[in-house]
Amino acid sequence: MWLFLLTEIMFFGGLFTAYLIYRNWYYPAFVEASHQLQIGWGTGNTAVLITSSFTMAMGVWSAEMRKKGALVLSLVLTFILGLVFLGIKTIEYHEKWEKHHVPGLHYSMQSFLNPASDPEVYNEYHDKPLAPDMARHTELYFFLYFAMTGMHALHMIIGIAILGFMIFRAQAGAYTTGHVTFVENFGLYWHFVDIIWIYLFPLLYLISRHQ
Amino acid sequence: MTDPHDMPEQHEREHHVVSPKIYLAIVCVLLVLTATTVGASYVEMGVFNPIVALGIAVLKMMLVVLFFMHVKYSTKLTKLTVGAGIFTFLILVGMTLADYVTRAWGRW
Repeated sequence: MWLFLLTEIMFFGGLFTAYLIYRNWYYPAFVEASHQLQIGWGTGNTAVLITSSFTMAMGVWSAEMRKKGALVLSLVLTFILGLVFLGIKTIEYHEKWEKHHVPGLHYSMQSFLNPASDPEVYNEYHDKPLAPDMARHTELYFFLYFAMTGMHALHMIIGIAILGFMIFRAQAGAYTTGHVTFVENFGLYWHFVDIIWIYLFPLLYLISRHQ
Repeated sequence: MTDPHDMPEQHEREHHVVSPKIYLAIVCVLLVLTATTVGASYVEMGVFNPIVALGIAVLKMMLVVLFFMHVKYSTKLTKLTVGAGIFTFLILVGMTLADYVTRAWGRW
């Protein structure tokens, strides 16, 4: 399982490296584009995911202690917290969609060419207008934002699907007979997805608040 | 593998079971660190803003890896695997970034 996770580190590592390089190249665009993200949602989601890692760790413990009821409860809680995370992510994506900040044909640079046209963000950050050739690169920020959080969300969706399967198996008493490997390995996967978010959150939401 | 009833005891011997108290303590520390990193992002520190944010992220990752993922209680082979993975990751990212910063930085 660890070897699989190492390949995953390299996979996400490529995305992180691309983000770091482009952020340094098009720094003003990345700073202003990141001001579009709401720290409240990001913080809430971090807390949700860390708590879900805790409930998953408790699930592994319950399996090892052969407590079937506690195992099912832990898995169900992890399942629900995973769905809450995706729900919050959907709210954030929807906001990007409405503001035309999804890269593609309908992308709009309005918030960056004329920041005052976006009062919610402008009142907090008072960003200066970007020149059109720099404002154009905000699309790249959102492309990387969607690639990184989207790939993370895909891992969450796969994890939640496996959790659903495990809840049924656990109810049938599958993991409380001393064979805990499956639950343990899934726990490693879930914690790994948590670690990816631990890095995504500061990189995308926090580090560009001040220019 | 002869008698399935032998498995659990063997498992117990090889495996250190981490107590829920430790998990609870770790999750509390992780939540406090999250609050700290958000609070720190509101303070103007210039170049130190990303450094502090990433430093706290590394600390959080270490706590998750060592305790939630049981690496602190695992075999040397697992520790070596995880260490080698992080090391290789840093080499690859470090070399790539070194290439970019030693080229015509800012004159693309």
